[in-house]
Amino acid sequence: MSFPWAKEYQPQNGLTKFLDEKLPLPRFVYNAVGAGYPVPRNLSYFWNFGVLAGFFLMLQIVTGVVLAMHYAANTQVAFASVEHIMRDVNWGWLMRYAHANGASFFFMVVYIHIFRGLFYASYKPPREMIWLLGVTIFLLMMATAFMGYVLPWGQMSFWGAQVITGLFEAIPLVGPPLKTWLLGGFAPDNAALNRFFSLHFLLPFVILGCVILHIWALHIPGSSNPTGVEVKGESDTLPFHPYYTAKDGFGLGVALIAFMTFVFFLPNMLGHPDNYIEANPLSTPAHIVPEWYFYPFYAILRAFTFDFILPAKLWGVLAMFASILVWFFLPWLDKSPVRSGHYRPLFRKFFWFGLIPVMAVLFVCGGAPAEEPYVMISQLATAYYFLHFLVILPIISSIERPDPLPFSITEAVLNSDKKAVLGENAEPAV
Amino acid sequence: MASTTGNAETTPDTSGGVESGDGVRRRDFINIAAVSAAGVGGLAVVYPLVSQMAPSADVLAESTTELDISTLEAGQSIKAVFRKQPIFVRRLTPAEIEAANAVDVSSLRDPATLDEITKPGHGNVLVVMGVCTHLGCVPLGAQEGENKGEFGGYFCPCHGSHYDTAARIRKGPAPTNLAVPDYEFTSDTTIVIG
Repeated sequence: MSFPWAKEYQPQNGLTKFLDEKLPLPRFVYNAVGAGYPVPRNLSYFWNFGVLAGFFLMLQIVTGVVLAMHYAANTQVAFASVEHIMRDVNWGWLMRYAHANGASFFFMVVYIHIFRGLFYASYKPPREMIWLLGVTIFLLMMATAFMGYVLPWGQMSFWGAQVITGLFEAIPLVGPPLKTWLLGGFAPDNAALNRFFSLHFLLPFVILGCVILHIWALHIPGSSNPTGVEVKGESDTLPFHPYYTAKDGFGLGVALIAFMTFVFFLPNMLGHPDNYIEANPLSTPAHIVPEWYFYPFYAILRAFTFDFILPAKLWGVLAMFASILVWFFLPWLDKSPVRSGHYRPLFRKFFWFGLIPVMAVLFVCGGAPAEEPYVMISQLATAYYFLHFLVILPIISSIERPDPLPFSITEAVLNSDKKAVLGENAEPAV
Repeated sequence: MASTTGNAETTPDTSGGVESGDGVRRRDFINIAAVSAAGVGGLAVVYPLVSQMAPSADVLAESTTELDISTLEAGQSIKAVFRKQPIFVRRLTPAEIEAANAVDVSSLRDPATLDEITKPGHGNVLVVMGVCTHLGCVPLGAQEGENKGEFGGYFCPCHGSHYDTAARIRKGPAPTNLAVPDYEFTSDTTIVIG
């Protein structure tokens, strides 16, 4: 499953020889993230974000298990138990702030990871399965994050639960009984809180399982790279260790500095003050919004305000789910034989001047109140969003003339930065 | 390539590659610095993760118990709660004091006299934890009609430890006498435990 020039694991002493025969775990690690895993030599810092996402998943699991030791999933005491964590539990404030901001950072690095996949078309063959697993992981993350946000049982928790389970009510015929079944009642209450807690504990481990499959699938073809040209020979690769362990380690250090800045100095900046008010089933806050990482999808949900064959409410729900499900079809919607956006002039223009600004607009509209002009802007942006994936991408990938690709990764690296390879004083070979 | 190592001027720097000669190599220095920083960071992470399981502030705030023993008469006991554990306070009868003092202290598993167990001036007030020193069951004997064991003090029904009238272990598997908590008399009739 690796390149033929991958270094073979050599057990050095009695213990590792014993292990290698009975349970070759060191060999597995060596071949996965050690010197035995050759990786394209030209990966940019955009390729750090997979490792960062893995780090934040583990951070969420560790801090989450700790919080579960002190949290009580009962509507009578849930809110107070969170304050207990903040005030009484040793380092409880650190655990909670790390968990709450860890969720934001997890989404942030995963968004950059997805963005990388979109620009460099990492979803193209032979890596379709990695992409499909990735989209699945993202959907699981959304469910997990939503249920976690309900647990503190503040105003935003409660009304978030009410609104999101209300989405299912839009489904024809089975909708209303489905919502009642999901909540175990007619409104969010103890039954809902308990099952959300149970599932919020379970799903991260399902995500972890999917991540293992994601990495397993990745290690069959190996990583993509900024040129999109597949590895052709040994000179195109470097062993993962020490080259990419060091690079990922550096990236992790930078990410942790940013993360700690939030945890220690801006712990509530990404949250909503209303969630420090205990849930009140009789009073909805004036302006309810989800966490920032759901803004674009929330904008799409709210963009549908008119009935057209189906009720507006159902359109909104369908569009919101479709906006992510459409990613599943990307490997087949993008027909270009070239992967990297660097060599696709037309694709690149629509990516930077179409999709990215539209996502930014949806992000802003999702956090804005549900009033004009935001509604109309959301509608236009939503239309463009689907247009990009369903119409523009298939067309431009069929008609555009890609720029010439380098013959190999090595050639691309040598051409762009001869001096770095040959040395400061090297004369260019003519 | 600019280098901060001392031998950079005499040794061709192959951007972090192999360097000949003695002294600290640039890469060794970076390796040690990086691993040390990660180690210190790791310890800084482990400490709160371990500490969070220790008693929280609200638990520690319940760590003293005040008792009024003005109505406690000789031969009577009260069971109180200290740190979520039972505590036995008994005003000993003269017969119990006599029985306790009649024992040869050197023959005991956990030698102690009654005076050492009680507070000066309050030799008839026995304050002990109601927690068997064997495996933590609550011994019988504090309430009227309970089995007081072969030595007239406390008897643990779990594994058969017998304590005498001064709560000293006399028979059975328990290793030590019933523990005496930190306490003091704040007045003749009030004790504060913890």
